Amino acid sequence: MAPHRSHAKAWYGHGLPYIAKKRLPGHLIAIEGTDGVGRSAQIELLRPWLELEGYAVSNTGWTRSPLLSETINEAKAGHQLTVTTFSLLYAADFADRLEHEILPALQAGFIVIADRYMYTAFARNSVMGADPDWTREVFGMALVPDLVLYLDIDVESLIPRVIMGKGMDYWESGMHLALGTDLFDSFERYQSRLIDEYRRLSSEFGFVSVDARLPIEELQGELRKHIAEYLSGANGKPRPESGDNGVSRKE
Amino acid sequence: MICVEGIDGSGKSTQLLLLERWLRARGYPVHFTEWNSSRLVRRSMQRGKKKNLLTPTTFSLLHAVDFADRLTYQILPPLKAGMIVLADRYVYTAFARDVARGVHPDWVRSVYSPALRPDLTLYFRVPIDISLERLLSGRAKLKYHEAGMDVGLSADPVESFRMFQSRVLEIYDQLTTEFGMRPIDATAEIPNQQRVVRTMVQEILRDYDLNRANGKNGAASQPR
Repeated sequence: MAPHRSHAKAWYGHGLPYIAKKRLPGHLIAIEGTDGVGRSAQIELLRPWLELEGYAVSNTGWTRSPLLSETINEAKAGHQLTVTTFSLLYAADFADRLEHEILPALQAGFIVIADRYMYTAFARNSVMGADPDWTREVFGMALVPDLVLYLDIDVESLIPRVIMGKGMDYWESGMHLALGTDLFDSFERYQSRLIDEYRRLSSEFGFVSVDARLPIEELQGELRKHIAEYLSGANGKPRPESGDNGVSRKE
Repeated sequence: MICVEGIDGSGKSTQLLLLERWLRARGYPVHFTEWNSSRLVRRSMQRGKKKNLLTPTTFSLLHAVDFADRLTYQILPPLKAGMIVLADRYVYTAFARDVARGVHPDWVRSVYSPALRPDLTLYFRVPIDISLERLLSGRAKLKYHEAGMDVGLSADPVESFRMFQSRVLEIYDQLTTEFGMRPIDATAEIPNQQRVVRTMVQEILRDYDLNRANGKNGAASQPR
């Protein structure tokens, strides 16, 4: 990454025209990666480290908006929506969090860590056969993150993790796509397509890709290294130490 | 696919009801669908309105979710079955109201691009004062969002309604040309308006009648 990267925030498309332009001194860091790759575990470890470094942190996560989370859960329980309807629900959830969580936190100078960002919708919609241009236009109200960390994994390494974790679920296995009647086969096919799409997006949007097959502490070290690099470039301040808080950093 | 548009209190729902009665009496298979009526987002919408959580963008997207759901279940299947779909408000409501709330006109058009273009859109044009009079005689208070109170133009609901709906009206007028909506003078007597409506509908039903006579499905719209 360029050491002196420009720190101006940009909208992805038309943005939110009714919002007065305000200074957004905070930092928006998105963590992307497929289901079960370990995003939330890593985010949990990032927060105390950043706070120890003196940064105030705000978390936001896909489908967690107060306005829509219940509706999305209900819709998933009903298994009855088309990809278009789902995309719009996710977009509404995203917009709610953007305006009520992300923007106010950035304005207050926080580091916002987003568990998934619009790229998740881009990846899923491509796999599900929605018009990719349409998805991107809908998310034109989004703010472009300052840094996107992509947790990359191959489907072979992902499978045992998911099985030993919370197990394969209907949606994460892409059963709604009717790729097959077998959960395992469907998971394998759906997730490899998703991962292919994430990797394509990674090069298109310049994600910082990290190897998610690494042990949890090493992966954390990698993430901290990239965040520290970004922050020093953005602030012109010395890099925070990334080996604190009991998590070792191996390079 | 026939839809009606117009600001609150323009009388469009009344006219659509009368049209539906007439079509049914003539033996047409009719399906009615209404803006913001799917169960899917009802709770989010109520919650958002009650707690005043909605922003112009989430307001717009929640209506888009409702629309997409109705497109799947209420609009496309009856059209494919050769029925006549009557829609009380359509995408032009979003193009007018959401833009009046401040979202980008191109963005809201993109959001609704999966929609079909209707065969006929009737636009019930009415001055603000008449719509206000109609609304206030029917019920004591204007609804918060109907009056555009969320936009913060005025603390007085009537004044806010006047300002917000004037914006909406102005945009509707522009949309009339852009999308070929058929304007109807909504200040005229109800039966006179209905006569105009039925004449316009009869016109577009000519092809539909022909297809039905030949045993084909009705003149279902093509995606644009």
